[in-house]
Amino acid sequence: MASADSTKTSGIRANRLPEEVYARNFADAHPALTPNQALVESDRCLFCYDAPCVQACPTGIDIPSFIRKIATGNIKGSAQDILSENACGALCARVCPTEVLCEGSCVRNLQEHKPVAIGALQRYATDWVFDRGVQVFQRAADTGRRIAVVGGGPAGLSCAHRLATLGHSVTVFEAHDKLGGLNEYGVAAYKVAGGIAQREVDYLLEVGGIEVRFGQRLGKELSLAALRRDFDAVFLGIGLGAVNALGIDEPAIDGVYDAIDYIADLRQSQALATLPVGRSVVVIGGGMTAIDIATQIRRLGAEDVTIVYRRGPEQMGASTKEQDWAQTNGVRIKHWARPTGLLSDGGHLAGVAFEYTRLDDQQRLAGTGERFELPADMLFKAIGQVLVRDSLDGQVGLLDTASGRIAVDAERRTSLPGVWAGGDCVAGGRDLTVEAVQDGKLAALSIDRALRPAQASGVRHG
Amino acid sequence: MADLSSSFVGIRSPNPFWLASAPPTDKAYNVNRAFEAGWGGVVWKTLGEDPPIVNVSGPRYGALLGTARNLIGFNNIELITDRLLDVNLREIRQVKRDWPDRALAVSLMVPCEERAWKTILPMVEDTGADGIELNFGCPHGMSERGMGSAVGQVPEYVEMVVRWCKENSRLPVIVKLTPNVTNILAPARAAQRGGADAVSLINTVSAIMSVDLDGMTPSPSVGGRGAHGGYCGPAVKPIALRMLGEIARDPECRGVPLSGIGGIATWRDAAEFMALGASNVQVCTAAMVYGFKVVEDMIDGLVNWMDAKGYRSVPEFVGKAVPNFVDWEQLDLNYTVKARIDQSLCIRCGRCHIACEDTSHQAITRERDGKRHFEVIDAECVGCNLCVNVCPVDQCITLESLPVGTPDPRTGQPVRSYANWTSHPNNPAQRAPAATAPVK
Repeated sequence: MASADSTKTSGIRANRLPEEVYARNFADAHPALTPNQALVESDRCLFCYDAPCVQACPTGIDIPSFIRKIATGNIKGSAQDILSENACGALCARVCPTEVLCEGSCVRNLQEHKPVAIGALQRYATDWVFDRGVQVFQRAADTGRRIAVVGGGPAGLSCAHRLATLGHSVTVFEAHDKLGGLNEYGVAAYKVAGGIAQREVDYLLEVGGIEVRFGQRLGKELSLAALRRDFDAVFLGIGLGAVNALGIDEPAIDGVYDAIDYIADLRQSQALATLPVGRSVVVIGGGMTAIDIATQIRRLGAEDVTIVYRRGPEQMGASTKEQDWAQTNGVRIKHWARPTGLLSDGGHLAGVAFEYTRLDDQQRLAGTGERFELPADMLFKAIGQVLVRDSLDGQVGLLDTASGRIAVDAERRTSLPGVWAGGDCVAGGRDLTVEAVQDGKLAALSIDRALRPAQASGVRHG
Repeated sequence: MADLSSSFVGIRSPNPFWLASAPPTDKAYNVNRAFEAGWGGVVWKTLGEDPPIVNVSGPRYGALLGTARNLIGFNNIELITDRLLDVNLREIRQVKRDWPDRALAVSLMVPCEERAWKTILPMVEDTGADGIELNFGCPHGMSERGMGSAVGQVPEYVEMVVRWCKENSRLPVIVKLTPNVTNILAPARAAQRGGADAVSLINTVSAIMSVDLDGMTPSPSVGGRGAHGGYCGPAVKPIALRMLGEIARDPECRGVPLSGIGGIATWRDAAEFMALGASNVQVCTAAMVYGFKVVEDMIDGLVNWMDAKGYRSVPEFVGKAVPNFVDWEQLDLNYTVKARIDQSLCIRCGRCHIACEDTSHQAITRERDGKRHFEVIDAECVGCNLCVNVCPVDQCITLESLPVGTPDPRTGQPVRSYANWTSHPNNPAQRAPAATAPVK
C-alpha cells in the first residue's frame, strides 16, 4: 500500500488520503431506506387528487400510486408504475433534483415543511425489482421494424427500451465502451454507488430486441445519411461533446482540467487513490458539474476547494440543496467573479486571477474593476458543453440557431424526416436526466405511431 | 384540583383506572408493578378450577397494524390463568395486604354448576379481595367448554349464576358482558335480575385477525392452524361505547353501575366512557402495548380536563352524555350544516374534492382561475362530514350550522326548527307532531 500523502502537500499528488477513506468517501451518499423506513415514509403520502408531484415530474410518474403500492407490499406493481413512465427510474431516484421537482411540490411542504421522500421511495421500489431480478416488462411481438438509436445515455436508453418493448428491433450505437451516458460517466460517484448505472442498463436490455454496437461515433464511424438509409427511423441522443472555453488566454500549463473528463476518469477508476489531486483547487462554473467535481475533489483529499461563479446563488444551475451539499463538504462558493487569467510557475498552474462582476443598467454582466487572485494548483472548467456540430453530416438545418442544439417539436421530431432527437443535444430543456428520459420516451411513442402500418406511408426512407 | 378518587360498588380506589382481567394481571409481580406505576385497581386474571387450563405455546396474540406499525387492533387466544388456584389465591391475599388503598377484584370462571361456584367463592372471599367479576365474556377456548361467552350469550344462565354468587358470597358481584350477542340489553337485564351489583363491558369481540396467504391459515398460526380469538384495542372502542350507552339509557337497567372496557388508551377515551355512563374504566391493550406508565397521562390528563371544565369529581360528569344518545328517529331532520374549508390551513391535497366528487355529492371545487382551489359549493353540500373525515389537516374543514330561518342554498328553503322522523310526512307510520327538542 502506498503511504498516504497529506492533504497539506502542495502540487498535484495521488494518495492524499489513507486507503480506507476513499471507499468511505465514495460510498452511497444517501443510504437506501430500510423496509420499515419505506413503510413509515409511504404512510406519509396523502394520495392527493391530481397530485402536484405528478405534475412536477417531467416523466409524469404516477407517484401517489407507486407509493401506495409500497405501503401495501405490492412492490413489483410500484416499480412497474415507475419504470413504465421512466425507464431510468432507478437512476433518476438518485440524481433528480427532487427539491425542485416532485418533492418541491409535495403538499406536505405546506403542512409540515417536509415533503414525502419521493426519491428515496422510488429508489426503494426500483432496487427491490433489481435486487430480486423481477422483470416488469415483456416485449410485444416483433413488428419487423428497425430503428437506430445513436447514443446510449438516458435519452437513447429510454427510447430504445420503449421501442423494443413495443416490438421493434433497435440498434444502439454507442461511442464509449459502456452504455449509460452521463449516468455512467458524468454523475458524482457517491450518488450512484454500487454500479447502479450498469445494473439499470442490464435490466433494460433484458427485455430483448436491443442490439448494442460500441465505439460508434456519429460523424466518424457512423453517418446520419447511412443510418437513414439503413433503418426505418433514427433517434439521436448524442448529448453534448465539446467543453466551453473560459474565454481567456489559456496557456499550455499543467493543472488545467475539463471537469467532465476528470469525472469520467474518476467514475471508471478502479483505484481512486491514484487520481491526481491538487492541494488548492478552483472550479469555474455554477451547474451540477461544478458541484460534482468540487465535492468529489474534496473527497479525494484536496485541502481547499473554491467554486467561482460569475453570477449569484439564484442563477446557479445547481439547486440550493446541491449548493448546500457542496458547502457541507467543505467547498467554498464565491459568487459574482469571473476569471481574467491563469498564473503559472515553471509550467505549472499557480493561481487564478479574477475580477468581481455585477449586473449593469441593462442587466448585463459587467466587471467591477476590483480584482483578486486565488492560489491554485488545479483548475476545473465546468462551464457547460456544446453540441459537436461535425457529427451531423453538415445537416446544420437541424439546429436551433439560438442554442446551437437540435430543434425538435413536441413529439421530439427533428426537421429531417425520419429523424427524432432528445436529451441534452436538443434545445429547450434544463439538461436534466429525467428530461432526457422523457424525450426518449416521447420520441419512441412518436416513432411507433409513425411506423405502424396504417400510418406507414411516407415514413420509410432509403 | 379535581378529585379522582373512586368508589365503585363500594370498592374504593385512588383513581378510576383499573387494569382489566387479562395477561397484565395474571400474577403478583405484574400487579405490584401496576400499583407502583399508579393504577387505581386491578381485576385479577380469571381464576378457574384446578387442574389449571393449558395455554398454547405458539403465538397467543395477533395485531391489526397501520402502515407505520401503529397498533389499531389486538387479538388474543390466551385462556384464563394457567396457574394453580392456590398459588393465585396466596398472591392475591399478599397483594391486597400490601396495597390496601387499591381496588382488587378477582375474575372468576368455573363450570355452570352451583357446586363449582359454592366451592370457589369462599376461597376468594378469604383472601380479602374487594369483589368478584364474573367472566361471561371470553369468546375463545373456554366458550367451547360451556363457559365464558357461552354463558354470557344465554340470559337465563347469566341470571342463574349471578344469583348463585349473590347467595354464596358477601362480595360485590360485577358481571362482565360479552359483545358477541345481538342485543346487549338481554344479558345486562338478566344480570340485574340476578342481583348483580354492576356490569362491566365489553369483553373481546370474536375475530380472525388475518389470513396467512402463504400458509393459507388464519393468523396467528399455531402449527399451521388458527382459531378465532378475542379482539380488543382501539378498534373496538366504538363498539364498546355503543353497547355501554344502550345499557346506560335503558330504563330497566337504570342505576346499575357500569365499568367501561374496550380500547381505552387515553384519558380522553376514559372521559368518553364515563360521559356515556361508566363510573370507572378498565384497561388492558394500552398497557400491553406501552407498559403500565400510560396511566400517568390518564390520571393527570383527566384531572386537567376536569379542572378546565370545572368538574370537581368524577361522578359530576358520569352519564352526562347519556340523555343525548337517542334513536335515529329522534334526530333533528331540519338541522343543517355546511362544510367550510379554511383556505389558510388548506394544503391543497384535493382529498376532500375527490372523496366528494367520486363518492358523494359533487360539492367541492377543484380549481379556480386555473389553480388548485378547494371550496365547498353550498348548493350541493348536504353536510355529510366526509370531507372533514378525510382531510389530513386538523380543523382545516369544519361544519358550520345554519341558524333557523336562514336560507339553505341546496333546498332553496329557509332552515326550519326541530322536527324529527316521527312526525315527517314521508313516514308511513307518522305520529302526531309532538316532537321533543333535544335535551341540553
